[in-house]
Amino acid sequence: MRELISELFIRNFSNPYLDKLNDFAAVTIDSGRIALSTDSFVVEPWSFPGGNLGDLAVCGTVNDISMSGATPLYLTCGFILPEGMPFDDLEEIVGAMARRAKESGVQIVTGDTKVVEPGAGPFINTAGVGAIPAGVTIGGEMAKPGDAVIVTGAVGSHGIAVLSKREGLTFSTDVISDCAPLNKIVASLINNGIIPRVLRDPTRGGVAGALNEIAAQSRVEIEIDDTKIPLEEGVRSACEMLGYDPLHIANEGCMLAIVAGEDEEKALKIIRGCKYGERAASIGTVAGGQPRVTARTLLGTKRLVDPPSGELLPRIC
Amino acid sequence: MNHLDRSDPDLLKKLLKRIRVYAGPPLTIMEVCGTHTVSIARMGLSTLLPEGVSLLSGPGCPVCVTPIEFFDEAIYLAREKNVVIATYGDAMRVPGSGATLLEVKAEGGQVHPVYSTTDALNLAIKNKDREVVFLGLGFETTAPTVAHALLTAKKQRIDNFSVLSAHKVLLPAMEALLLDPEVKVNAFLCPGHASMVLGWRCYEELASKYGVPSVVAGFEPHEILLGINMLLAQAKSGGVHVENAYPKAVSEYGNTAALDILGGVFKKVDSNWRGLGLIPGSGYDLADDFAKYDAREKFLKGVEIISAEPAGCRCADVLRGVIPPAKCPLFASRCNPKAPVGACMVSSEGACGAHYRYREA
Ligand code: SF4
Repeated sequence: MRELISELFIRNFSNPYLDKLNDFAAVTIDSGRIALSTDSFVVEPWSFPGGNLGDLAVCGTVNDISMSGATPLYLTCGFILPEGMPFDDLEEIVGAMARRAKESGVQIVTGDTKVVEPGAGPFINTAGVGAIPAGVTIGGEMAKPGDAVIVTGAVGSHGIAVLSKREGLTFSTDVISDCAPLNKIVASLINNGIIPRVLRDPTRGGVAGALNEIAAQSRVEIEIDDTKIPLEEGVRSACEMLGYDPLHIANEGCMLAIVAGEDEEKALKIIRGCKYGERAASIGTVAGGQPRVTARTLLGTKRLVDPPSGELLPRIC
Repeated sequence: MNHLDRSDPDLLKKLLKRIRVYAGPPLTIMEVCGTHTVSIARMGLSTLLPEGVSLLSGPGCPVCVTPIEFFDEAIYLAREKNVVIATYGDAMRVPGSGATLLEVKAEGGQVHPVYSTTDALNLAIKNKDREVVFLGLGFETTAPTVAHALLTAKKQRIDNFSVLSAHKVLLPAMEALLLDPEVKVNAFLCPGHASMVLGWRCYEELASKYGVPSVVAGFEPHEILLGINMLLAQAKSGGVHVENAYPKAVSEYGNTAALDILGGVFKKVDSNWRGLGLIPGSGYDLADDFAKYDAREKFLKGVEIISAEPAGCRCADVLRGVIPPAKCPLFASRCNPKAPVGACMVSSEGACGAHYRYREA
């Protein structure tokens, strides 16, 4: 089995570093600053409409690195697999990882596999490294009054897609996960002269969670407009049915970009010209004042936007 | 592609403007349905109402009106009888006297969130060696689906499945409110979902007996504003009718097939409501033919459960529309969605939860 697995990895991920079969990968990076990130991926079920655990494991870390403005270069991966996991399932996951790595231009250079008792997992940890271009500093603490808040795609699709397939919670929806690498959008912005102040992929906690973090880090008020949040119809109706707020639902293929007010139009145009950015929308602005997130309601009043509290549980209709 | 709120902005403006220029007798409108409460809070309507017009949330949130002893029963079943509890998710966070079902689950108790009764039945089919108890909560909206599940269980002899019922009958509760001297409501925005089953005619008796204008409304922001407009027009002209502002989904006599199933599987009994107390004929218990699938008959005979409401919680007043959530001294201080004291803060449809989540900035 062990041989089979390592053969599978090499066949799918093949690159000069991995193919050496060392316990390490010696890589070259010609940059002053590098960005490092790691994440562990546990998703139940491991396969969902629009992707699987493998898509998430690569896109998740690629995106985390990209949120610094860096170009993601190399990933490591650790698999924790349940004993007796069907080889076809593993192949499906590894295949997705290989496709996503290729798409985002990263190489998976070293890895590890552990097998645990049946019933647990599969789990994947990926860690990655990327090169930050000279002169680029991006961070959650950098939002300033007057900045514009852009979201690069429709919100809530990933969370709803996964939920629709969770055991015991079957409901039919045509929503598919938005899982996607965002590094090309980030690179396009930077290459075209726009250095965002903040980039964040609103995974767990959704847009409301991410904006609240940024507001706290930057000590600013972020004001969004309820009528401008892009949303798939399926997400809207599922949220209505389940009693969820779409701003609380996890995303895996869109990000929040906070840019200087004067860059707003240009940034939107660049993002909309990129794959996965076609539906980008300007959803709000950064203001002074106490750190919080507010929303203009559709009747024009102003409400607070809280991060989600605790696990999302579907309600009784 | 859509946006969070999809109502046509021009239509909304028009409808809102008509509400804001209202000049007529004062009107206290109760929105009976929790989904209306959420939508109204989210669009920030309350602060835009003209002088003399107010909106109060009613007893329309299923987990909110379910009394605490029901949750204590469920917790007892999970802990002491070792049954698998299948429940809609938001019931898991409602405080019982000592714990929540979520805490029982964390202790290792078998508590499964499900989205439908089909999921609950499947759980019973998959776990033949375990007893699966479904928590039957809610009004005429959810009760027919539970009735259907019970018919299926009986037909397919899924004998390890049972229902702990706290299903409620909507109309007696609305009447109880009108009889309550503390309640100042003089118009009803009637629920969309429950009315799909009940039909709009059913409100006629209440409307004429107590002189309360009643309008059935849908859930989109413009549908709610339309419903309120129709109530204001009635108040201004001095009329009292039942009107249907949601004809695309609600018919005159509702879903008679669903009502028939309901009548065959459940019997109406006197029932205890959080906030409203014991109301004659306001609950659905399993009919005698279904005693085998009644979790109370099966597991709780002779068991005495002592319950105590959380100290200081004013859910009872909130659910009757006697106070708005913000008037509860614990609102947003000791009681918030992270640390809910009462049921009305727990559910996404609860008045306190909705008012907290979408509170004015
Ligand atoms: S705010 Fe909390 S304590 Fe007060 S009535 Fe509502 S749920 Fe009860």
